[in-house]
Amino acid sequence: MLPQKEAQSIQLSLQSKNTEWTTMAGEGDLKLLGLLVSPFAVRVRMALSMKGVSYEYIEQDVFNKGELLIKYNPVHKKVPVLIHNGKPICESLAILEYIDDIWGATGPSILPADPYERAIARFWANYIDDKMFPSWIGLLKAETEEEKAEKVNQTLAVLMHLEDAFAKCSNGKAFFGGDSVGYLDLALGCNLFWFEALRELFGVAFIDEGRTPLLASWAERFGEADAVKEMVPSVDKAMAHAKKFRAFFAAAK
Amino acid sequence: MPTPILTPSSLHSGRHTTTLSQSTNTTSNQKPTMASTGLVLLDFWVSPFGQRVRIALAEKNLAYEYVEEDLLAGKSDRLLQSNPVHKKIPVLLHGDKPVNESLIIVQYLDEAFPETPSLLPSDPYARAQARFWADYVDKKVYDCGSRLWKLKGEPQQQARAEMAEILKTLEAELGEKEFFGGDHGFGFVDAALAPFTAWFPSYERYGEFKVAEVAPGIAAWTKRVGERGSVAKSLYAPDKVYDFIGVLKKKYGIE
Repeated sequence: MLPQKEAQSIQLSLQSKNTEWTTMAGEGDLKLLGLLVSPFAVRVRMALSMKGVSYEYIEQDVFNKGELLIKYNPVHKKVPVLIHNGKPICESLAILEYIDDIWGATGPSILPADPYERAIARFWANYIDDKMFPSWIGLLKAETEEEKAEKVNQTLAVLMHLEDAFAKCSNGKAFFGGDSVGYLDLALGCNLFWFEALRELFGVAFIDEGRTPLLASWAERFGEADAVKEMVPSVDKAMAHAKKFRAFFAAAK
Repeated sequence: MPTPILTPSSLHSGRHTTTLSQSTNTTSNQKPTMASTGLVLLDFWVSPFGQRVRIALAEKNLAYEYVEEDLLAGKSDRLLQSNPVHKKIPVLLHGDKPVNESLIIVQYLDEAFPETPSLLPSDPYARAQARFWADYVDKKVYDCGSRLWKLKGEPQQQARAEMAEILKTLEAELGEKEFFGGDHGFGFVDAALAPFTAWFPSYERYGEFKVAEVAPGIAAWTKRVGERGSVAKSLYAPDKVYDFIGVLKKKYGIE
Protein backbone atom coordinates (compact mmCIF):
# COMPACT_ATOMS: atom_id res chain seq x y z
CA MET A 1 0.00 0.00 0.00
CA LEU A 2 1.11 3.55 -0.62
CA PRO A 3 2.88 5.53 2.10
CA GLN A 4 0.67 8.22 3.57
CA LYS A 5 2.46 11.19 2.02
CA GLU A 6 2.42 9.76 -1.49
CA ALA A 7 -1.24 8.85 -1.14
CA GLN A 8 -2.03 12.39 -0.01
CA SER A 9 -0.24 14.04 -2.89
CA ILE A 10 -1.92 11.73 -5.37
CA GLN A 11 -5.28 12.49 -3.78
CA LEU A 12 -4.69 16.23 -4.19
CA SER A 13 -3.60 15.90 -7.78
CA LEU A 14 -6.61 13.66 -8.47
CA GLN A 15 -8.96 16.29 -7.15
CA SER A 16 -7.47 19.04 -9.26
CA LYS A 17 -7.20 16.88 -12.35
CA ASN A 18 -10.62 15.28 -12.15
CA THR A 19 -12.13 17.45 -14.86
CA GLU A 20 -9.15 16.83 -17.12
CA TRP A 21 -9.60 13.13 -16.81
CA THR A 22 -13.28 13.09 -17.49
CA THR A 23 -12.90 14.98 -20.77
CA MET A 24 -9.82 13.17 -21.99
CA ALA A 25 -11.04 9.59 -21.81
CA GLY A 26 -8.11 7.26 -22.07
CA GLU A 27 -5.60 9.77 -20.71
CA GLY A 28 -3.67 8.69 -17.70
CA ASP A 29 -1.78 5.42 -17.66
CA LEU A 30 -4.33 2.62 -17.48
CA LYS A 31 -3.58 -1.08 -17.32
CA LEU A 32 -5.77 -4.07 -16.62
CA LEU A 33 -4.47 -7.36 -15.27
CA GLY A 34 -7.00 -9.93 -16.35
CA LEU A 35 -7.84 -13.42 -17.49
CA LEU A 36 -9.63 -13.76 -20.80
CA VAL A 37 -12.24 -16.13 -19.44
CA SER A 38 -12.70 -14.64 -15.97
CA PRO A 39 -16.22 -13.24 -15.72
CA PHE A 40 -14.90 -10.71 -13.20
CA ALA A 41 -12.30 -9.44 -15.65
CA VAL A 42 -14.79 -9.53 -18.52
CA ARG A 43 -17.23 -7.28 -16.67
CA VAL A 44 -14.47 -4.69 -16.13
CA ARG A 45 -13.52 -4.82 -19.82
CA MET A 46 -17.16 -4.32 -20.72
CA ALA A 47 -17.37 -1.27 -18.45
CA LEU A 48 -14.21 0.25 -19.94
CA SER A 49 -15.62 -0.42 -23.40
CA MET A 50 -18.86 1.34 -22.48
CA LYS A 51 -16.85 4.39 -21.46
CA GLY A 52 -14.69 4.25 -24.57
CA VAL A 53 -11.55 4.20 -22.45
CA SER A 54 -8.31 2.73 -23.78
CA TYR A 55 -5.94 0.70 -21.66
CA GLU A 56 -3.17 -1.84 -21.81
CA TYR A 57 -4.48 -5.34 -21.21
CA ILE A 58 -2.11 -7.81 -19.59
CA GLU A 59 -3.24 -11.44 -19.53
CA GLN A 60 -2.34 -13.29 -16.35
CA ASP A 61 -1.55 -16.93 -15.75
CA VAL A 62 -3.74 -17.63 -12.75
CA PHE A 63 -2.22 -21.09 -12.29
CA ASN A 64 1.25 -19.63 -12.07
CA LYS A 65 0.88 -16.15 -10.64
CA GLY A 66 3.35 -13.57 -11.84
CA GLU A 67 5.07 -10.68 -10.10
CA LEU A 68 2.71 -8.00 -11.39
CA LEU A 69 -0.35 -9.70 -9.96
CA ILE A 70 1.30 -10.36 -6.62
CA LYS A 71 2.61 -6.81 -6.47
CA TYR A 72 -0.67 -5.08 -7.30
CA ASN A 73 -3.02 -7.43 -5.45
CA PRO A 74 -0.95 -8.77 -2.57
CA VAL A 75 -4.00 -9.47 -0.41
CA HIS A 76 -5.98 -11.72 -2.78
CA LYS A 77 -3.60 -12.26 -5.73
CA LYS A 78 -6.59 -12.36 -8.06
CA VAL A 79 -7.72 -10.77 -11.29
CA PRO A 80 -8.99 -8.33 -12.31
CA VAL A 81 -6.74 -5.52 -11.13
CA LEU A 82 -7.10 -2.09 -12.69
CA ILE A 83 -3.93 -0.04 -12.41
CA HIS A 84 -4.52 3.68 -12.89
CA ASN A 85 -1.38 5.82 -12.92
CA GLY A 86 0.42 3.10 -11.03
CA LYS A 87 -2.25 2.70 -8.36
CA PRO A 88 -4.17 -0.57 -8.14
CA ILE A 89 -7.90 -1.00 -7.72
CA CYS A 90 -9.01 -4.55 -6.87
CA GLU A 91 -12.36 -6.36 -6.62
CA SER A 92 -14.37 -6.12 -9.83
CA LEU A 93 -17.47 -4.47 -8.35
CA ALA A 94 -15.32 -1.80 -6.66
CA ILE A 95 -13.58 -1.34 -10.02
CA LEU A 96 -16.92 -0.81 -11.80
CA GLU A 97 -17.86 1.90 -9.29
CA TYR A 98 -14.41 3.47 -9.69
CA ILE A 99 -14.78 3.55 -13.47
CA ASP A 100 -18.19 5.19 -13.11
CA ASP A 101 -16.77 7.75 -10.64
CA ILE A 102 -13.66 8.65 -12.66
CA TRP A 103 -15.32 8.70 -16.10
CA GLY A 104 -18.64 10.02 -14.84
CA ALA A 105 -18.98 12.55 -17.64
CA THR A 106 -17.96 10.11 -20.37
CA GLY A 107 -20.29 7.62 -22.02
CA PRO A 108 -23.36 6.13 -20.36
CA SER A 109 -23.64 5.82 -16.57
CA ILE A 110 -22.93 2.37 -15.24
CA LEU A 111 -24.81 2.64 -11.94
CA PRO A 112 -28.33 4.04 -11.74
CA ALA A 113 -28.72 7.59 -10.43
CA ASP A 114 -31.35 6.96 -7.77
CA PRO A 115 -29.95 5.91 -4.35
CA TYR A 116 -32.55 3.18 -3.83
CA GLU A 117 -32.01 1.74 -7.30
CA ARG A 118 -28.26 1.77 -6.63
CA ALA A 119 -28.83 -0.17 -3.41
CA ILE A 120 -30.92 -2.75 -5.26
CA ALA A 121 -28.35 -3.07 -8.05
CA ARG A 122 -25.54 -3.53 -5.51
CA PHE A 123 -27.58 -6.09 -3.61
CA TRP A 124 -28.12 -8.28 -6.67
CA ALA A 125 -24.55 -7.88 -7.92
CA ASN A 126 -23.29 -9.09 -4.55
CA TYR A 127 -25.80 -11.93 -4.67
CA ILE A 128 -24.48 -12.97 -8.07
CA ASP A 129 -20.90 -13.00 -6.80
CA ASP A 130 -21.61 -14.54 -3.38
CA LYS A 131 -24.20 -17.14 -4.39
CA MET A 132 -24.29 -17.74 -8.12
CA PHE A 133 -20.58 -17.85 -8.87
CA PRO A 134 -19.70 -20.35 -6.11
CA SER A 135 -22.54 -22.60 -7.31
CA TRP A 136 -21.45 -22.88 -10.91
CA ILE A 137 -17.74 -22.94 -10.08
CA GLY A 138 -18.67 -25.67 -7.61
CA LEU A 139 -20.10 -27.59 -10.53
CA LEU A 140 -16.70 -27.47 -12.25
CA LYS A 141 -15.04 -28.69 -9.08
CA ALA A 142 -17.58 -31.41 -8.32
CA GLU A 143 -16.28 -34.95 -8.34
CA THR A 144 -19.34 -37.10 -7.73
CA GLU A 145 -22.66 -37.13 -9.60
CA GLU A 146 -24.30 -36.23 -6.32
CA GLU A 147 -22.17 -33.12 -5.90
CA LYS A 148 -22.82 -32.12 -9.50
CA ALA A 149 -26.56 -32.45 -9.05
CA GLU A 150 -26.41 -30.38 -5.88
CA LYS A 151 -24.52 -27.58 -7.62
CA VAL A 152 -26.82 -27.64 -10.62
CA ASN A 153 -29.83 -27.30 -8.34
CA GLN A 154 -28.22 -24.51 -6.36
CA THR A 155 -27.44 -22.57 -9.54
CA LEU A 156 -30.94 -23.07 -10.89
CA ALA A 157 -32.45 -21.83 -7.61
CA VAL A 158 -30.30 -18.73 -7.70
CA LEU A 159 -31.36 -17.99 -11.25
CA MET A 160 -35.02 -18.16 -10.25
CA HIS A 161 -34.34 -15.33 -7.79
CA LEU A 162 -32.55 -13.42 -10.54
CA GLU A 163 -35.53 -13.93 -12.85
CA ASP A 164 -37.67 -12.18 -10.19
CA ALA A 165 -35.00 -9.53 -9.80
CA PHE A 166 -35.11 -8.81 -13.51
CA ALA A 167 -38.86 -8.34 -13.45
CA LYS A 168 -38.54 -5.83 -10.59
CA CYS A 169 -35.42 -3.97 -11.74
CA SER A 170 -36.12 -3.65 -15.44
CA ASN A 171 -39.63 -2.24 -15.00
CA GLY A 172 -40.64 -3.58 -18.37
CA LYS A 173 -37.51 -2.29 -20.09
CA ALA A 174 -34.83 -4.15 -22.01
CA PHE A 175 -32.11 -4.39 -19.36
CA PHE A 176 -31.68 -4.52 -15.56
CA GLY A 177 -30.40 -0.97 -15.95
CA GLY A 178 -33.40 0.17 -18.00
CA ASP A 179 -33.05 1.13 -21.66
CA SER A 180 -29.37 0.36 -21.79
CA VAL A 181 -26.79 -1.93 -20.22
CA GLY A 182 -25.87 -1.03 -16.64
CA TYR A 183 -24.09 -2.31 -13.55
CA LEU A 184 -26.32 -5.27 -12.87
CA ASP A 185 -26.42 -6.28 -16.54
CA LEU A 186 -22.62 -6.38 -16.48
CA ALA A 187 -22.56 -8.26 -13.17
CA LEU A 188 -24.71 -11.08 -14.56
CA GLY A 189 -23.95 -10.79 -18.27
CA CYS A 190 -20.26 -11.54 -17.86
CA ASN A 191 -21.25 -15.07 -16.77
CA LEU A 192 -23.33 -15.90 -19.85
CA PHE A 193 -20.53 -17.33 -21.97
CA TRP A 194 -19.77 -19.68 -19.08
CA PHE A 195 -23.38 -20.86 -19.02
CA GLU A 196 -22.93 -21.80 -22.69
CA ALA A 197 -19.75 -23.70 -21.83
CA LEU A 198 -21.45 -25.46 -18.93
CA ARG A 199 -24.29 -26.47 -21.23
CA GLU A 200 -21.73 -28.13 -23.52
CA LEU A 201 -19.94 -29.77 -20.61
CA PHE A 202 -22.86 -30.89 -18.45
CA GLY A 203 -25.92 -30.72 -20.68
CA VAL A 204 -27.76 -28.29 -18.42
CA ALA A 205 -29.20 -24.94 -19.54
CA PHE A 206 -29.12 -22.56 -16.59
CA ILE A 207 -31.03 -19.88 -18.43
CA ASP A 208 -33.80 -21.18 -20.60
CA GLU A 209 -37.06 -19.99 -22.10
CA GLY A 210 -39.13 -22.39 -20.08
CA ARG A 211 -37.78 -21.76 -16.61
CA THR A 212 -36.43 -18.21 -16.88
CA PRO A 213 -38.12 -16.58 -19.88
CA LEU A 214 -37.28 -13.00 -18.89
CA LEU A 215 -33.60 -13.80 -18.42
CA ALA A 216 -33.56 -15.79 -21.65
CA SER A 217 -34.71 -12.84 -23.74
CA TRP A 218 -32.51 -10.46 -21.73
CA ALA A 219 -29.51 -12.71 -22.42
CA GLU A 220 -30.14 -12.43 -26.16
CA ARG A 221 -30.34 -8.65 -26.00
CA PHE A 222 -27.23 -8.49 -23.83
CA GLY A 223 -25.34 -10.66 -26.29
CA GLU A 224 -26.16 -8.22 -29.08
CA ALA A 225 -25.31 -5.02 -27.20
CA ASP A 226 -22.51 -3.22 -29.06
CA ALA A 227 -20.71 -1.98 -26.02
CA VAL A 228 -20.13 -5.42 -24.61
CA LYS A 229 -20.11 -8.09 -27.25
CA GLU A 230 -16.48 -7.79 -28.26
CA MET A 231 -15.37 -8.53 -24.73
CA VAL A 232 -17.08 -11.91 -24.61
CA PRO A 233 -14.60 -14.73 -25.17
CA SER A 234 -15.51 -17.80 -27.20
CA VAL A 235 -17.16 -20.74 -25.54
CA ASP A 236 -14.22 -22.90 -26.71
CA LYS A 237 -11.82 -20.82 -24.65
CA ALA A 238 -14.01 -21.25 -21.58
CA MET A 239 -14.15 -24.99 -22.10
CA ALA A 240 -10.38 -25.20 -22.54
CA HIS A 241 -9.94 -23.26 -19.31
CA ALA A 242 -12.43 -25.53 -17.54
CA LYS A 243 -10.21 -28.51 -18.32
CA LYS A 244 -7.13 -26.74 -16.94
CA PHE A 245 -9.06 -25.61 -13.89
CA ARG A 246 -10.30 -29.10 -13.04
CA ALA A 247 -6.80 -30.51 -13.42
CA PHE A 248 -5.30 -27.75 -11.30
CA PHE A 249 -7.95 -28.12 -8.64
CA ALA A 250 -7.61 -31.91 -8.53
CA ALA A 251 -3.82 -31.69 -8.26
CA ALA A 252 -4.07 -29.17 -5.43
CA LYS A 253 -6.08 -31.57 -3.28
CA MET B 1 -34.75 15.85 22.81
CA PRO B 2 -32.75 13.05 21.21
CA THR B 3 -34.83 10.01 20.34
CA PRO B 4 -33.75 7.12 22.57
CA ILE B 5 -32.78 4.03 20.70
CA LEU B 6 -34.94 1.13 21.79
CA THR B 7 -33.04 -1.84 23.15
CA PRO B 8 -34.28 -5.14 24.50
CA SER B 9 -35.16 -4.22 28.08
CA SER B 10 -33.68 -7.38 29.53
CA LEU B 11 -30.32 -6.46 28.09
CA HIS B 12 -30.46 -2.74 28.72
CA SER B 13 -28.53 -2.94 31.96
CA GLY B 14 -25.81 -4.84 30.19
CA ARG B 15 -24.84 -1.98 27.93
CA HIS B 16 -21.56 -0.48 28.92
CA THR B 17 -22.61 3.04 28.10
CA THR B 18 -25.77 5.11 28.28
CA THR B 19 -28.10 5.03 25.32
CA LEU B 20 -28.40 8.78 25.21
CA SER B 21 -24.73 9.53 24.62
CA GLN B 22 -24.33 11.29 21.32
CA SER B 23 -21.54 11.50 18.83
CA THR B 24 -19.44 14.66 18.86
CA ASN B 25 -21.38 16.21 15.97
CA THR B 26 -22.25 19.71 17.14
CA THR B 27 -23.49 21.22 13.90
CA SER B 28 -27.21 21.01 14.40
CA ASN B 29 -29.64 20.84 17.31
CA GLN B 30 -32.51 20.14 14.97
CA LYS B 31 -32.49 16.37 14.83
CA PRO B 32 -34.98 14.98 12.29
CA THR B 33 -37.86 13.30 14.07
CA MET B 34 -38.77 9.68 13.49
CA ALA B 35 -41.72 10.76 11.38
CA SER B 36 -39.58 12.73 8.97
CA THR B 37 -36.84 10.17 8.28
CA GLY B 38 -39.23 7.22 8.00
CA LEU B 39 -36.39 4.88 8.90
CA VAL B 40 -36.95 1.54 10.59
CA LEU B 41 -34.12 -0.88 11.37
CA LEU B 42 -34.84 -4.59 11.79
CA ASP B 43 -31.90 -5.83 13.79
CA PHE B 44 -30.57 -8.22 16.42
CA TRP B 45 -28.86 -6.74 19.44
CA VAL B 46 -25.46 -8.43 19.19
CA SER B 47 -25.17 -8.59 15.40
CA PRO B 48 -21.98 -6.87 14.24
CA PHE B 49 -23.64 -6.36 10.85
CA GLY B 50 -26.61 -4.59 12.41
CA GLN B 51 -24.25 -2.53 14.54
CA ARG B 52 -22.55 -1.15 11.44
CA VAL B 53 -25.87 0.37 10.47
CA ARG B 54 -26.51 1.68 13.98
CA ILE B 55 -23.07 3.29 13.93
CA ALA B 56 -23.74 4.91 10.55
CA LEU B 57 -27.14 6.22 11.69
CA ALA B 58 -25.53 7.66 14.82
CA GLU B 59 -22.68 9.26 12.86
CA LYS B 60 -25.31 10.87 10.67
CA ASN B 61 -27.55 11.87 13.59
CA LEU B 62 -30.50 10.21 11.89
CA ALA B 63 -33.43 9.13 14.03
CA TYR B 64 -34.96 5.74 13.38
CA GLU B 65 -37.16 3.12 14.95
CA TYR B 66 -35.15 0.15 16.19
CA VAL B 67 -36.97 -3.16 16.00
CA GLU B 68 -35.41 -6.15 17.72
CA GLU B 69 -35.89 -9.38 15.84
CA ASP B 70 -35.57 -12.24 18.29
CA LEU B 71 -33.68 -14.48 15.89
CA LEU B 72 -33.31 -17.31 18.39
CA ALA B 73 -37.10 -17.55 18.57
CA GLY B 74 -37.82 -17.26 14.85
CA LYS B 75 -38.14 -14.70 12.09
CA SER B 76 -40.97 -12.19 11.88
CA ASP B 77 -43.22 -11.92 8.82
CA ARG B 78 -41.96 -8.41 8.28
CA LEU B 79 -38.36 -9.65 8.15
CA LEU B 80 -39.21 -12.50 5.79
CA GLN B 81 -41.11 -10.15 3.49
CA SER B 82 -38.42 -7.48 3.57
CA ASN B 83 -35.54 -9.83 2.91
CA PRO B 84 -36.99 -12.91 1.22
CA VAL B 85 -33.70 -13.88 -0.42
CA HIS B 86 -31.46 -14.04 2.65
CA LYS B 87 -33.98 -13.78 5.52
CA LYS B 88 -31.35 -11.93 7.55
CA ILE B 89 -30.95 -8.78 9.55
CA PRO B 90 -30.08 -5.98 9.33
CA VAL B 91 -32.85 -4.67 7.13
CA LEU B 92 -33.34 -0.95 6.76
CA LEU B 93 -36.85 0.09 5.82
CA HIS B 94 -37.06 3.56 4.32
CA GLY B 95 -40.75 4.20 4.12
CA ASP B 96 -41.86 0.85 2.81
CA LYS B 97 -38.69 0.16 0.80
CA PRO B 98 -36.30 -2.43 2.23
CA VAL B 99 -32.53 -2.15 1.86
CA ASN B 100 -30.53 -5.28 2.73
CA GLU B 101 -26.88 -6.13 3.44
CA SER B 102 -25.13 -3.97 6.01
CA LEU B 103 -22.49 -2.35 3.78
CA ILE B 104 -25.08 -1.65 1.10
CA ILE B 105 -27.30 -0.05 3.73
CA VAL B 106 -24.44 2.18 4.89
CA GLN B 107 -23.76 3.31 1.31
CA TYR B 108 -27.48 3.90 0.83
CA LEU B 109 -27.55 6.15 3.90
CA ASP B 110 -24.66 8.16 2.45
CA GLU B 111 -26.48 8.60 -0.85
CA ALA B 112 -30.04 9.06 0.41
CA PHE B 113 -28.99 11.56 3.09
CA PRO B 114 -26.22 13.52 1.35
CA GLU B 115 -26.60 16.41 3.78
CA THR B 116 -25.31 14.19 6.62
CA PRO B 117 -21.64 13.36 7.34
CA SER B 118 -20.62 10.66 4.87
CA LEU B 119 -18.84 7.45 5.69
CA LEU B 120 -17.36 6.92 2.25
CA PRO B 121 -14.80 9.56 1.21
CA SER B 122 -15.42 11.70 -1.86
CA ASP B 123 -12.24 10.86 -3.78
CA PRO B 124 -12.84 8.00 -6.25
CA TYR B 125 -9.58 6.19 -5.49
CA ALA B 126 -10.11 6.46 -1.74
CA ARG B 127 -13.66 5.18 -2.23
CA ALA B 128 -12.39 2.18 -4.16
CA GLN B 129 -9.89 1.44 -1.38
CA ALA B 130 -12.62 1.77 1.26
CA ARG B 131 -14.86 -0.65 -0.65
CA PHE B 132 -11.98 -3.10 -1.02
CA TRP B 133 -11.12 -3.10 2.68
CA ALA B 134 -14.72 -3.24 3.89
CA ASP B 135 -15.17 -6.21 1.58
CA TYR B 136 -12.02 -7.77 3.08
CA VAL B 137 -13.47 -7.41 6.59
CA ASP B 138 -16.70 -8.99 5.33
CA LYS B 139 -14.96 -11.92 3.70
CA LYS B 140 -12.61 -12.71 6.55
CA VAL B 141 -13.32 -11.58 10.10
CA TYR B 142 -16.67 -13.13 11.07
CA ASP B 143 -16.03 -16.41 9.32
CA CYS B 144 -12.58 -16.94 10.79
CA GLY B 145 -13.74 -15.77 14.22
CA SER B 146 -16.62 -18.23 14.15
CA ARG B 147 -14.23 -21.07 13.44
CA LEU B 148 -12.27 -20.09 16.54
CA TRP B 149 -15.21 -20.75 18.84
CA LYS B 150 -16.81 -23.57 16.87
CA LEU B 151 -13.79 -25.79 16.29
CA LYS B 152 -11.12 -27.51 18.31
CA GLY B 153 -7.67 -29.03 17.77
CA GLU B 154 -5.96 -28.61 14.42
CA PRO B 155 -8.77 -26.72 12.65
CA GLN B 156 -8.92 -24.26 15.54
CA GLN B 157 -5.13 -23.76 15.37
CA GLN B 158 -5.54 -23.04 11.68
CA ALA B 159 -8.25 -20.49 12.42
CA ARG B 160 -6.00 -18.85 15.01
CA ALA B 161 -3.17 -18.56 12.49
CA GLU B 162 -5.56 -17.11 9.92
CA MET B 163 -6.94 -14.60 12.41
CA ALA B 164 -3.40 -13.45 13.19
CA GLU B 165 -2.80 -12.93 9.48
CA ILE B 166 -6.08 -11.04 9.06
CA LEU B 167 -5.27 -8.74 11.98
CA LYS B 168 -1.74 -8.12 10.74
CA THR B 169 -3.04 -7.35 7.23
CA LEU B 170 -5.53 -4.86 8.65
CA GLU B 171 -2.81 -3.37 10.83
CA ALA B 172 -0.60 -2.82 7.79
CA GLU B 173 -3.45 -1.09 5.97
CA LEU B 174 -4.16 1.13 8.98
CA GLY B 175 -0.50 2.10 9.25
CA GLU B 176 -0.01 5.39 11.09
CA LYS B 177 -3.55 6.61 10.48
CA GLU B 178 -5.89 7.38 13.35
CA PHE B 179 -8.74 5.70 11.51
CA PHE B 180 -8.91 3.58 8.34
CA GLY B 181 -10.65 6.56 6.75
CA GLY B 182 -7.37 8.51 6.86
CA ASP B 183 -7.85 12.15 5.89
CA HIS B 184 -11.60 11.60 5.78
CA GLY B 185 -11.59 10.64 9.45
CA PHE B 186 -13.76 7.85 10.86
CA GLY B 187 -15.19 6.18 7.78
CA PHE B 188 -16.64 3.22 5.97
CA VAL B 189 -13.96 0.68 6.87
CA ASP B 190 -13.91 1.81 10.50
CA ALA B 191 -17.70 1.32 10.70
CA ALA B 192 -17.33 -2.07 8.99
CA LEU B 193 -14.74 -3.36 11.47
CA ALA B 194 -15.68 -1.57 14.71
CA PRO B 195 -18.47 -3.97 15.76
CA PHE B 196 -16.03 -6.87 15.73
CA THR B 197 -14.00 -5.20 18.48
CA ALA B 198 -16.66 -6.46 20.91
CA TRP B 199 -15.90 -9.98 19.62
CA PHE B 200 -12.11 -9.68 19.87
CA PRO B 201 -11.99 -10.62 23.57
CA SER B 202 -14.02 -13.77 22.79
CA TYR B 203 -11.72 -14.60 19.88
CA GLU B 204 -8.78 -14.07 22.23
CA ARG B 205 -10.23 -16.38 24.84
CA TYR B 206 -11.08 -19.16 22.43
CA GLY B 207 -8.00 -18.73 20.28
CA GLU B 208 -5.58 -18.15 23.17
CA PHE B 209 -3.90 -15.13 21.71
CA LYS B 210 -3.88 -11.39 22.33
CA VAL B 211 -4.74 -8.80 19.67
CA ALA B 212 -2.31 -6.45 21.42
CA GLU B 213 0.53 -8.88 20.80
CA VAL B 214 -0.40 -9.98 17.30
CA ALA B 215 -1.41 -6.55 15.96
CA PRO B 216 -0.78 -3.73 18.45
CA GLY B 217 -1.88 -1.15 15.88
CA ILE B 218 -5.32 -2.76 15.75
CA ALA B 219 -5.47 -2.91 19.55
CA ALA B 220 -4.76 0.83 19.69
CA TRP B 221 -7.35 1.51 16.97
CA THR B 222 -9.85 -0.59 18.95
CA LYS B 223 -9.41 1.71 21.92
CA ARG B 224 -9.80 4.88 19.85
CA VAL B 225 -12.84 3.59 18.05
CA GLY B 226 -14.42 2.45 21.31
CA GLU B 227 -14.28 6.02 22.58
CA ARG B 228 -16.27 7.31 19.65
CA GLY B 229 -19.88 8.05 20.62
CA SER B 230 -21.53 6.27 17.72
CA VAL B 231 -19.57 3.09 18.41
CA ALA B 232 -19.86 3.20 22.20
CA LYS B 233 -23.62 3.37 22.06
CA SER B 234 -24.03 0.71 19.40
CA LEU B 235 -21.90 -2.08 20.81
CA TYR B 236 -22.58 -4.37 23.75
CA ALA B 237 -19.93 -5.25 26.32
CA PRO B 238 -17.56 -8.04 25.27
CA ASP B 239 -18.70 -10.30 28.12
CA LYS B 240 -22.24 -10.08 26.79
CA VAL B 241 -20.91 -11.23 23.42
CA TYR B 242 -19.03 -14.06 25.13
CA ASP B 243 -22.24 -15.16 26.88
CA PHE B 244 -24.10 -15.00 23.58
CA ILE B 245 -21.51 -17.28 21.96
CA GLY B 246 -22.15 -19.70 24.83
CA VAL B 247 -25.87 -19.61 24.01
CA LEU B 248 -25.14 -20.29 20.33
CA LYS B 249 -22.85 -23.19 21.14
CA LYS B 250 -25.57 -24.78 23.28
CA LYS B 251 -28.12 -24.22 20.54
CA TYR B 252 -25.91 -25.87 17.91
CA GLY B 253 -24.78 -28.61 20.25
CA ILE B 254 -21.14 -27.55 20.13
CA GLU B 255 -19.01 -28.57 23.09
